[in-house]
Amino acid sequence: MLLYKRQTTVKKQRPVNLALSTIQFPAPAIASILHRITGVIMLVALVFLTWALVTSLQSEQQFNWVSSLMDTFLAKFIAWGILTALGYHLLAGLRHLVMDMGHWEELQSGKLSAKVAMVLAIVLSVLAGVWLW
Amino acid sequence: MVRVASTFGRSGTHDYVLVRATAIILTLYALFMVGFFVATPEVTYQVWTGLFANLWVKVFTLLAYTAVLIHGWIGIWQVLTDYVKKSSRRAFVQLVVSVALIVMWLTILFVLWGV
Repeated sequence: MLLYKRQTTVKKQRPVNLALSTIQFPAPAIASILHRITGVIMLVALVFLTWALVTSLQSEQQFNWVSSLMDTFLAKFIAWGILTALGYHLLAGLRHLVMDMGHWEELQSGKLSAKVAMVLAIVLSVLAGVWLW
Repeated sequence: MVRVASTFGRSGTHDYVLVRATAIILTLYALFMVGFFVATPEVTYQVWTGLFANLWVKVFTLLAYTAVLIHGWIGIWQVLTDYVKKSSRRAFVQLVVSVALIVMWLTILFVLWGV
């Protein structure tokens, strides 16, 4: 009886917002989804990295083959993508560790640290690109 | 009824700790490898095999692959439980990822053994 009553009041008070373009993700939400996306990217990247490590350790000939592959634009672009994902995932992970210790959990500090992590990741990504090319 | 929501560890709390502990190992290993490539002017076959001939590099590498096995296993579980609602499909993807991680771990073990 009580449950039924509660449900009806909730239904009546529920706000309706179907103007999806007005809904914006806050910085911490973007930071969170990027952490997940970069994590999944690196699971796939691990297959490439493991293949390169295993092949390069087989023989000098195989090493030179992997080494020459790394001179191609595609391989460098993939390596840059992996380094970018790694850089962001690492920074967002460090932010999580700080949050585990009870800091950056307020609205302002949470927003700021999310933005700082993303900006630093862009800086690392540019540095990785400069280093690779 | 599901009482314990965990995947690799004994409990959710154990998973939580495992993700963070493995993250620290992976951070150190990533810094080590990037540092090696930045500090080495030319990585030749001799330099490359010489690096992995060191016992501590073998141990560090296998430790990192153990860490990524646990970290990736729990991580993909967290993502899958949120986005893949069909149990059979979720279990299938989890199986593929988990087996791939174990296969990579074993491959690295045997390759490092021979360097």
